[in-house]
Amino acid sequence: MEYAIAVQELTKRYGDVTAVDHISFEIEEGEVFGFLGPNGAGKTTTIRILTGLIKPDGGKAFVAGYDVLKNPIEAKQRVGVVPEVSNAYVDLTAWENLVLIGKLYGVQPQKLRENATSLLKEFGLYEVKDKPVRAFSKGMKQRLLLCMALVNDPEVLFLDEPTSGLDVESARLLREKIAQYNRDGKTVFLSTHNMEEANQLCHRIAIINHGRIAAIDTPENLRAQSMELQYIEVAFNKTVNTQELSENPAITKVAPAGNKVRIYTADPSAVIEFLAEYAKKNNLRILSLNTMMPSLEDVFLKLIRGKEAVIQ
Amino acid sequence: MSSLKEQFKRSLVIAEKNIKIYYLKGPVIIFGLVFPLFLALAYVIGRNTPFEEILPGLIGMTTFFTATSVGPSIAPWETRSKTLERLLCCPVAPWTIIVGDMLSSFIFGLTISVIPLALTLALGIHPLNFIMLLSGLIIANLCFAALSVLLSAYPPTDIPATTMMLSSLVKFPLVFISGVFIPVEHLPQWGIAIASISPLTYFTDMVRQLFIGKGFYPLALDFLALIAFTTALTFAAIKLHEKTLTQRLS
Repeated sequence: MEYAIAVQELTKRYGDVTAVDHISFEIEEGEVFGFLGPNGAGKTTTIRILTGLIKPDGGKAFVAGYDVLKNPIEAKQRVGVVPEVSNAYVDLTAWENLVLIGKLYGVQPQKLRENATSLLKEFGLYEVKDKPVRAFSKGMKQRLLLCMALVNDPEVLFLDEPTSGLDVESARLLREKIAQYNRDGKTVFLSTHNMEEANQLCHRIAIINHGRIAAIDTPENLRAQSMELQYIEVAFNKTVNTQELSENPAITKVAPAGNKVRIYTADPSAVIEFLAEYAKKNNLRILSLNTMMPSLEDVFLKLIRGKEAVIQ
Repeated sequence: MSSLKEQFKRSLVIAEKNIKIYYLKGPVIIFGLVFPLFLALAYVIGRNTPFEEILPGLIGMTTFFTATSVGPSIAPWETRSKTLERLLCCPVAPWTIIVGDMLSSFIFGLTISVIPLALTLALGIHPLNFIMLLSGLIIANLCFAALSVLLSAYPPTDIPATTMMLSSLVKFPLVFISGVFIPVEHLPQWGIAIASISPLTYFTDMVRQLFIGKGFYPLALDFLALIAFTTALTFAAIKLHEKTLTQRLS
């Protein structure tokens, strides 16, 4: 099978710092692939290598079937990019920006006019197409950047923090559009800090830390791999002695959370039975009891900082 | 070959973008129009030399200043406005961008340098060979445009004023050593040696020969030297920009 993106042992060093350290992964056509990691983890460096902006010190990268080192122009011809640090030309109008990028991709004039018109209408920018981008809000500029990434009808979309700093409405619109373009068959490589966004949009997620891939799987499997992070949140009618609770061998940690108690365990059913018995024995009433699965954020923090950081 | 042609077409697209954005920027107007105008007036007014004698220096100086006014501002501006990364994400080679920048500088220089030439013709002063003068003007503008783009390569700053200042540090001494104010043949030996390393020397010398029939170097040498400088400066600009490009992305 031809992968939309294939990365083998990719490495990039800046002096003594290894920004990307022998990472490997494949992304299938039509997949939304999330790339998560703390600041400085190597996300943007990886995207810049994959989009042909910088050269790696080692390894190989293929995008849309082309080696980005040997055929960067051919690879770039098939992708659309919303870079992390980027802007449209503020002295040009939205229309001029789209035409500029379309021409740089060699899109034929008639096709370019059609694409630009339909994108600007779709992203709610058609009415302001002749206004200089200088007058646009951040949300409008970001929508325009996505239009610019789509004007050549790319096979693969690279989005580096596309919703960062946007208002709720604009972020939601962009997420909807990303999902829509993926349904239309585009492969999406999405770098984001937003766990909920990754959870909603991505088929698979890679978590990168210190330049290395710490985990790579579906959001569900990532959560399932961290079952020790699940917890039971219970509220009693009286204050309880958390020390007594933590003596149960099935309980990893007990932490007060407001008027509730948060009990971390890998075996929720055993702990629920124990809590029922404990309440009966101590003449307590259980006011509420919820079993909480680990969130993607919990999994992320566990992989980045270790389990203790999440439980604390 | 078709890929080369396609990349050149994209250079023209970049040049068109630069024309729309940078021609009206303050530093370009000041260094490319106001400054050469006043320098030309200062050069012409109050001299008892016949206009034909002043003409080569005048054309050389205005061409040099106008053709080198756009190039230094583009790279730092694109770095500062965060548009460089967007541009580099497109299927264009670094040289495509550099050539696009050169072309926009070249077109500005050529358009403005036609003004003193037209004025000359209007005054009834005609060159000995108009086609050769036009060819020389085109090559010289290309050469100076390449120099201006080279001057913006290092340091990879995002402050246009820094590049403008550094390029002025190179441009002003070049004007003084290039036979603009004193013809090369009147310079001492060490002055001739220094003048020979400046592309402006050959252009001024060429214009002198084509207007007053006097020159220091053979006309063919002037042309060849300008072509050689253009090639070398273009190559150097591309290589140096390629080296510093990633530093502009951070």
